Amino acid sequence: MISEYFPVLLFLAVAAVIGIALLVLGNVLGPKKAVAEKLAPYECGFEAFEDARMRFDVRYYLVAILFILFDLEVAFLIPWAVVFEDVGLPALVAMGIFLLILTVGFIYEWKKGALEWE
Amino acid sequence: MFDPLRDILLGYGNTGLTVWVLLKILAIAVPVIITVAMFVYWERKVIGWMHARMGPNQIGPLGLLQAFADVFKLLFKEVLRPDAANKTMFFLAPLIALVPALAAWAVVPFDAGVVLSNLNVGLLFLLAMTSMGVYGIILAGWASNSRYAMLGAMRAAAQTVSYEIAMGFALVSVLILSGSLNLSEIVLAQKGSKGLLDWFWLPLLPMFVIYFVSGVAETNRAPFDVAEGESEIVAGFHVEYSGSAFAIFFLAEYANMILIAFLASVLFLGGWLSPFPESWGFLGAPGWWWTFAKAFFFSFFYLWFRASFPRYRYDQIMRLGWKVFIPITIVWVAVAACMKYFGWVTIGA
Repeated sequence: MISEYFPVLLFLAVAAVIGIALLVLGNVLGPKKAVAEKLAPYECGFEAFEDARMRFDVRYYLVAILFILFDLEVAFLIPWAVVFEDVGLPALVAMGIFLLILTVGFIYEWKKGALEWE
Repeated sequence: MFDPLRDILLGYGNTGLTVWVLLKILAIAVPVIITVAMFVYWERKVIGWMHARMGPNQIGPLGLLQAFADVFKLLFKEVLRPDAANKTMFFLAPLIALVPALAAWAVVPFDAGVVLSNLNVGLLFLLAMTSMGVYGIILAGWASNSRYAMLGAMRAAAQTVSYEIAMGFALVSVLILSGSLNLSEIVLAQKGSKGLLDWFWLPLLPMFVIYFVSGVAETNRAPFDVAEGESEIVAGFHVEYSGSAFAIFFLAEYANMILIAFLASVLFLGGWLSPFPESWGFLGAPGWWWTFAKAFFFSFFYLWFRASFPRYRYDQIMRLGWKVFIPITIVWVAVAACMKYFGWVTIGA
């Protein structure tokens, strides 16, 4: 079991090394002629008016919350799907009820306009 | 062929084992990187043909070395560190994008038994890795401290998470039918006497389409590329990146695209299984070439989409994800469970 995870760990390390190597190579090989204008935030020729970390639309936040809900749902479904064959009818009924409740919630969200993006 | 080398290395105990695994990793990572380079060339060529242009044709025979010329150009460009940026996070972001994009290849089976790590939770690992990519994008947009980068990152994040739900449901339906998270077992569960009619694309047809379209949206490719929409927010989250830092984002994006194509091949189209009956000799024999042929076919779709479809509006993208894909996938998860329970589909030979 552990022997199957070791290559994955090593692969993560190798991928990180490839990334770092590329960054270092670029820094070593590339010219370094930075001037203030070049290092300023890109703003189509203007000077940046204010900090870029501005207020953003609340709908992004709403999407994040809904995402957590539904991703949790997927997380519940994965172990269920794996043992579905062994458990049989009780699994089908239990997940049917769970999905039904979630569908009701989803319809409520929809009717409330949480999914609108106009 | 490589067995003698393995035996010699394993004779040196744990060090030898590490070297052997390292060699296997490089045997996957290096071809992936070269494939990305050649895929970029292929993309420019295909889109050129679709526009009735030549595409790159100057460097090397048929322009084949164009991608490598681009790599060297990027390496010799200045890597800027914008004054306003948080330097550490600014350079951490491309790494966070690249590491999962490459490491996900650890569990992809290319042929029967040809897989670096035959994890019994392979699909879960893939979900984890593909979800990690979005952190690189958010971090890049935030750390750049630039308007366009920030807007691009917000859009990319909301879009990616929206389509990840539909994608997650599509993967669950594959799980229901196969009953295993192990990717090799998922392929074997699609084996049957009817050839390509036994593969999961048929009982899970809506999921298959949704999986692939979500894959296009997840990788922020056309027609879902509002995250970098050059006509409105210049380049989105990587507007402040230059040289090799930009190259890393580029590499990660293309590695992810090819990964999605390989996964479509493994999860829905029987991986290394042949579409023809076994009695057809060479054509009916399973083999790695089928996995690659199917993956190539799907990676071509990315280019076809890009040349054919105009960019969606952001509200249309969100509507498609939440109001079309998620309802369909919820219903089809229930349908897949019924298929399995009532035995409407045959699983495994």
